[in-house]
Amino acid sequence: MTTGPKLVSILRQGSYLIASIHTALDDTQMVRFQEDLVEQIGRYRSRGVIIDVAALDVLDSFGARTLRTIAEMARLRGAVTVIVGIQPDVAFAMVSLGMATGSVVTLLDLEEGLAFLDSRTQRNATSGRPALRTLSRGAP
Amino acid sequence: MTRSTDANITSADVGAMRRADEDELLPQLVAHLREHRTTLRQDWASRIQESGLLLAMTSQEMAAETTSVYDNYVEVLETGSVEALQRYARDLSERIIPRGVETHEVVGIVLLLRDVLARFLFDKYQRDFGLLNRVLDAYEPAANRIANTVAVSFVEERERVIRQQQDSIRELSTPVLPVRERLLILPIIGVLDSERARQLTEQLLTGIRTHRAKVVVIDITGVPDVDEAVANHLVQTVDASRLMGASVIITGLSPLIAQTLVTIGVDLSKMDTIGDLQGGLEEAERLLGYTVGRESSPASP
Repeated sequence: MTTGPKLVSILRQGSYLIASIHTALDDTQMVRFQEDLVEQIGRYRSRGVIIDVAALDVLDSFGARTLRTIAEMARLRGAVTVIVGIQPDVAFAMVSLGMATGSVVTLLDLEEGLAFLDSRTQRNATSGRPALRTLSRGAP
Repeated sequence: MTRSTDANITSADVGAMRRADEDELLPQLVAHLREHRTTLRQDWASRIQESGLLLAMTSQEMAAETTSVYDNYVEVLETGSVEALQRYARDLSERIIPRGVETHEVVGIVLLLRDVLARFLFDKYQRDFGLLNRVLDAYEPAANRIANTVAVSFVEERERVIRQQQDSIRELSTPVLPVRERLLILPIIGVLDSERARQLTEQLLTGIRTHRAKVVVIDITGVPDVDEAVANHLVQTVDASRLMGASVIITGLSPLIAQTLVTIGVDLSKMDTIGDLQGGLEEAERLLGYTVGRESSPASP
């Protein structure tokens, strides 16, 4: 499974993972990317994932579905997923072929994605997480 | 033995003979036409006037144009190459199209010239019927090719002009205007057909990219009506914009359009619509976190 050069670079940036897809991936490569990414979310205890598809000028239905699957899996492992950099042509092709990204947040570019994740995790830090912490502290 | 040679002659050699005829007859023909240039041209010009063609041109212009058309015509007969004529016809079309010359007039004058010259050939060769036939064999294909070339060039030029105008109308018709940082407005005025809707989507999506827009207000106050295809296209455009991280607000739906959309059952649940452009702008500013208020000046009572 893990043969050939990596076509997706997954970089760690604080508590986020940034995955840039550099070239169109075939189905096997897409699945490998999915496995790598989901595994690393656990390893680095990431809170957010940004998938940058700015270099892609084509995205097939399998690719779109895999991105959606990744987002769902990441959510289950505790990370918010944002897809950034969808090109105009790709966006319109996806819509006209009915390849929706479901509930996944899509944003303009990496910068936007980082800003979104910052605001999202900050909100969690102020509202969601302290509640959990007090709960766990209260238990023993 | 003799039979077989006879049979061999027919098909292959008739073609060769005809070609030889053309090689020989056409230069002769051209020489005649050059010789009688003035009379033939005048004859042609008066036929044009009789038929009421090219009324948009003055008689001097007509004389100049007919002379050069005549010369080009004879030249094509001589060389057999239509390229120069094509260029001339396109050039001529460019000059006369803005003056309202119609296709039938252009084709008409070329056919008139063909007839004038054919009549002249009849007069000249009427004593020798066989020769006349061969002359016509050489003349007719060339003449038809010329008529064809002129008509095609004219229509092509006309289509080019139309395409050019359509392009400029289209560019004008879908402006993408940045009004604030990260806020775009698209005022749409006039009928939205599917071609224009496609154009609009393209411009909007590239606009979002270049201006890094977060909110887009599409104002369709000036659109009289939409059909189902265009409505669906609008919905798709909104979805595609969302994929690029921008939210879209549609404003100014007329009662008629609202009724159409509801009747044809387009899925509008994901569409954000607000009554008028003012409301849309206010909502967009709210989304972007702008607060706009009038400055209360202490000087005023």
